[in-house]
Amino acid sequence: MSVPDVNPAAIADVLTRWLSTRIATDQSRWLRDRIQAVSDGDKKALFLAFGLVSRKLGKADLALSVEELTQAESARIGWNPAAWTIDQAARTLLLLSFPAPDAATWVATLDQLFAAGEMHELIALYQSLPLFPHQSSHALRCAEGMRTNITAVFQAIAHHNPFPSEQLNDDQWNQLVLKCLFVGVALDPVVGLDARANAPLAKMLTDFAHERWAAGRAVSPELWRCVGPYADDAMVSDLEKVLKTGSEIERQAASLALKNCRHSRSATLINESGLHLSGLHWSLIAAQSYN
Amino acid sequence: MHFIDPHIHMVSRTTNDYEAMAAAGVKAIIEPAFWQGQPRTHIGTFQDYFSMLVGFERFRAAQFGIRHYCTIGLNSKEANNQALAEQVMDLMPLYLTKEGVVAVGEIGYDDMTPTEEHFFRLQLEMAKEVDLPILIHTPHRNKKVGTYRSMDVIEEHGIPPHRVIIDHNNEETCKEVLDRGYWCAFTIYPNTKMGNERMVEIMKQYGSTRVIVDSSADWGVSDALAVPKTANLMARNGIAQSDIELACYKNALAAYAQSGQFNEADWLDPAPIDQRTLFEGNSVLRGGQTPRVEEPKDEGIIR
Repeated sequence: MSVPDVNPAAIADVLTRWLSTRIATDQSRWLRDRIQAVSDGDKKALFLAFGLVSRKLGKADLALSVEELTQAESARIGWNPAAWTIDQAARTLLLLSFPAPDAATWVATLDQLFAAGEMHELIALYQSLPLFPHQSSHALRCAEGMRTNITAVFQAIAHHNPFPSEQLNDDQWNQLVLKCLFVGVALDPVVGLDARANAPLAKMLTDFAHERWAAGRAVSPELWRCVGPYADDAMVSDLEKVLKTGSEIERQAASLALKNCRHSRSATLINESGLHLSGLHWSLIAAQSYN
Repeated sequence: MHFIDPHIHMVSRTTNDYEAMAAAGVKAIIEPAFWQGQPRTHIGTFQDYFSMLVGFERFRAAQFGIRHYCTIGLNSKEANNQALAEQVMDLMPLYLTKEGVVAVGEIGYDDMTPTEEHFFRLQLEMAKEVDLPILIHTPHRNKKVGTYRSMDVIEEHGIPPHRVIIDHNNEETCKEVLDRGYWCAFTIYPNTKMGNERMVEIMKQYGSTRVIVDSSADWGVSDALAVPKTANLMARNGIAQSDIELACYKNALAAYAQSGQFNEADWLDPAPIDQRTLFEGNSVLRGGQTPRVEEPKDEGIIR
C-alpha cells in the first residue's frame, strides 16, 4: 500500500478559502479568532470551538464546485469532500490548526475529542483521518471507529476516505469490507476496494453469502466484486449458482466477478449466461442495489 | 397531532417503545442526564453515559424518525458522592456546548443535603455561563419544601424563572411554581408521580399557560406513551385542542428553544446533512424489518 505525504498546511489553506466564500463576516471573524487561539496550543479553546462550530456557522452543505474538488484532490490524493458541510470543514480546520510537533501529544488531544464526541463531531473527526498529521498514528483509531453502531459514523470511515486502504492491515481491511455488507452500506464508495482485494477476504465473503442463503436472506450483488479476483473452484460454483438462479442484477454482478477471475471455467460460464458485459461496471451495480 | 416528550430516559427503553412513540405522533424527545438506578462509582462511566446521550441514543432515535436532544448535568442523588461529583463538574463543560444539548439538568435536590446544594449551585452558575435553560428535578420525599427551596436558590443566583423548567410537580406544588413564573412540568408516571386523570383536573383548574406534560419513562414501571395518552384523555374530557397543544408540544418547544438548540425545523424540515446522516443510514431497522405502525390499543389511563 502506498502512503502519500500529507501536508496539513495545504489542506488548511483550501479549507480556509472554501469557508471564506460561504460564511458571513462576523462568522469569519469568530473562526479566525478561534483558530488563532488554537494555533497557540490552547487546548480548551480547541475543545470549546470544536463543539460550538455548528451553532456558530450552521451546517449547510459546502456544495463544492468541480474546480474546488480538484483543489481537494491536489491538496491530498484521494480526498473527496463532495458531501462535506460547513461545520465539518471548520472542525477539520480547527484540528489542523492545533500544533502537532509530535505524534503522541497530538493523538492524546485527539483522543479526548473522540471520547467526548457528539455524533456529528465523530463524523467530522473520522472523515478527517486522511488529512491529519502523523498518518500512521491513526490506524488503531480508524479500526476502533469501524466498531461503531452508528451507520453515519461508520460511513465517514468507509466511504470516500482514502485512509483505511492506506493504513489498515489485511485483517482490519477485511473487517471493514465485510461490515459494509453486514450493515447494508454500499461498497462502491470504499476507496481502494479492488486494489486491496485478497484471498482471505474472498473466503470471508463467500462464507457470509452462504450464511445469508441459509437464512433465506438476500445477498448484496456487490459482495461478488471482491470475490472474483480470488475465486477458487467452490467460489466459482457459487457464482455459477448466482448466474443460474439469481435476479437480473445478481446475474450481472456474478458475470462481472467472473470477468475479473482467472479461473479456467470463467469465460465459459460468462458465455453460457448470454449476458452482455459491455458498458456494465460495478458502480452501476451498486447504484441499482441501494436506493 | 404532533407531540414532544421533553423528559424521557431512552437509554433504558426498547425499540418497541420508539416504534410506538413514533406511531403515536411523538416527533421530538429530550433525554435529561440522570442516575441509572445503580450509583456510578467512576468518572469514566459518567463520561460514557454523556457520550451515549449525544451519540448512539441520538442516532437510535432518528432511526424511528424521532429527533433526540438531551440535557447534561449531575443529578442530586449522585451529587452526594463528593469526590466523584467534583470530577463530573470538570467533565461537564466538555458537553454543555455540544449540538443538541438543550439545558443543564436534571439538577436540584434529593435528600436536600448540604453536598447536594453545593453542586446544585455550581451547576446553576455553569448554566448562566453557557447561557442554557435549566431543568429542575424536584425531590420525591419532602417534595413541597424541596420545590420551594429549589426556586429560592435559583432566585438567589439571579436566574429569571422563564429560563427554568421545574419538573415532577403535583397538586401541592404547581400553584406556587406557576405563580412565581416558572415552566411547570408534570410527569405522568404510574404510582409515584402524576396520573393522567389528575392531570386533566389540573388543566381544568390552572389552564395551559407554562404547563408541560412529560413521561420521565425510564428503567422503572413507566410509560413511554404517557404524553400522547394524556393528550387523548384531555381531548376526551373536553380540554380545548389549543390547550392540549400547549401542554403537550408548544410549551416544551418554547421553553427549550431558549437554548438555540431546539428548533421545530429540525424535525419538520431537517437540514440535508441530517436527512443523510440521521434518517437514512439505518442499522437498527436493517434485516428486512419495517417500523411497526399501530395506535396504542389500551384504554390510555395511567394511574
